Amino acid sequence: MSSRVSDPAAAISRRRLSRGGLSRFGRRYGLQIGIVGVFLALWAFFIIGAPRTFLRREMYGAFMSTIPFFAIMALPLTMVVIAGEIDLSFGSIMAIGVLVFVNVFPRTGNFALAFVLLLVTGFLAGLLNGIIVVKFGIPSLVATIGTQFFWRGVVLVITNGHPASLVPVKGTFLHQLLVGRLGGYIPAQMIWTIIVAVLVWVLLNRHKFGAHVYLVGDNRDSARLMGVNVDRTRMMVFAIVGLAAAFAGLIASVEVNYFWVNLGEGYLLRTLASVFLGGTSVFGGVGTVLGTFIGCFIIGTIEGGTVAIGLTGFWTQLIYGLIIIISISMHSLVRTRLGGS
Amino acid sequence: MDYILEMRNISKRFGEVQALRQVDFAVARNEVVGLVGDNGAGKSTLIKIVTGYHTPDSGEVYFNGRKLEGLSVAEARALGIETVYQERALANLQTLWRNIFMGRELTTHLGFLDVNGMERETQKLMISSMGFTSAAVAPDAVVGTFSGGEKQGVSIVRALYFQAELIILDEPTMGLSVSETRKFLEFVRGIKEAGKSSILIDHNVFHVYAVADRIVVLDRGAVAGEFLTKDITLDELMEKMYRVAQTGSLEPTPR
Repeated sequence: MSSRVSDPAAAISRRRLSRGGLSRFGRRYGLQIGIVGVFLALWAFFIIGAPRTFLRREMYGAFMSTIPFFAIMALPLTMVVIAGEIDLSFGSIMAIGVLVFVNVFPRTGNFALAFVLLLVTGFLAGLLNGIIVVKFGIPSLVATIGTQFFWRGVVLVITNGHPASLVPVKGTFLHQLLVGRLGGYIPAQMIWTIIVAVLVWVLLNRHKFGAHVYLVGDNRDSARLMGVNVDRTRMMVFAIVGLAAAFAGLIASVEVNYFWVNLGEGYLLRTLASVFLGGTSVFGGVGTVLGTFIGCFIIGTIEGGTVAIGLTGFWTQLIYGLIIIISISMHSLVRTRLGGS
Repeated sequence: MDYILEMRNISKRFGEVQALRQVDFAVARNEVVGLVGDNGAGKSTLIKIVTGYHTPDSGEVYFNGRKLEGLSVAEARALGIETVYQERALANLQTLWRNIFMGRELTTHLGFLDVNGMERETQKLMISSMGFTSAAVAPDAVVGTFSGGEKQGVSIVRALYFQAELIILDEPTMGLSVSETRKFLEFVRGIKEAGKSSILIDHNVFHVYAVADRIVVLDRGAVAGEFLTKDITLDELMEKMYRVAQTGSLEPTPR
């Protein structure tokens, strides 16, 4: 039978024979090599432009301390974007998660319980996004604008706008675990960012779930026809971002010893910019964890760097905007070339 | 008769549209059944019920004598029902191996992917089933760069890989060149020789007549008639199909 079976597909080989290993390598890793190149070029630019700042180790300590606040969300958000969706609500989920924590911890003194409830809250808030998008068929852009306002509103109503102190956490094991300084220099949140990156990479590249995320984002109908549980996959990516947002919210709050009710409001743009800059396609189906990881550091470096080389902070937004526009346009071109729908 | 698939009294409605009304349909073991009919006759709906994509409003489906209920696509594939879809059902931005194993990924434990295994199997398929001989052809080529015929090949090889007992072919020759079509019809005969069963949907009656053992005509959601290809000439078949399209009846004088 095999000889008969061969016929309709035989043509596939001939055309592809000529393509060499190098070009295949380039096609496979091109975007990732590109993003690392952009990062190195930018870094060199800032070192030359502001050597006094960029050659001091304190600068890198600061980067490693602040970039994780949004990197921890940007990494799982990559999965949402690969799945062809978007999430704008994670900033508010940071706040609602920490709100649960600051209410449970002082009352019970049990940080493990407070921590678990924080994660559960984030997961459920994310899952709610997924349910609205999948079960009610609302585009995620709209659905998560709604939940973004809703959770922020809940936080404001419950707190009356008052911040809560996290000073009692200071000196505890939890504080060391989340924001301690390894060897007096490397912030624990940087280690957490690396752990999250590894977890998301494994999930996305070495687990069935990740395979389905790519398929759902690439062609939802095909995935459904071939038996992929499309609905569950779409709901889960939102839930995972919710979980990560609550965790990131706790780290950001414990770092400053305070829970501010506007926690997360400043993270929306830079988190999304990191994902898109990292080579994840806004059309879905394409994206890498390494890309987002580097993307976060580029975004973080731009923020520190523009001021260091003597530009005003106003330039930061302009550069973010440019980055989003350019990276999205690039993907449109790549996708057209590959004949995607 | 020994049926691999039996559907009794199947009805399906989409909102205002009655896509299928009380359809009886069966495929015998090692039989190639051609399913023909005009656009909107219900062909695709009928086969998407077999593949678990749609759930019938009423009626019963038996596969290998076992009644199927609440069938999902994944369950249908596990039972041995594979489909080559009209729309190819490929993910254009993904690699060849990811497309071959779409929805049925090889995993080790706890759902972790056996990536090496899948790449190895794809490589093997490329040599044994797709006729590749060079090591330069990679399972990690992106499917979106393939031509229509090549994509069809991927879709077919995928259906065969999982040892399906019933292979459903939904408009498989659409968009194929003349030589690709001829090869494809050879392939359908290959399915029969391998002892498997098949349902072939095709707009082109010539293609269906060339390979099917039996032809079932659907019209406006109901079975209008069926013929064994050995009992009917191509001219008679075309005459009847034309009449169905015009009058809704196979016979010259409407009852």
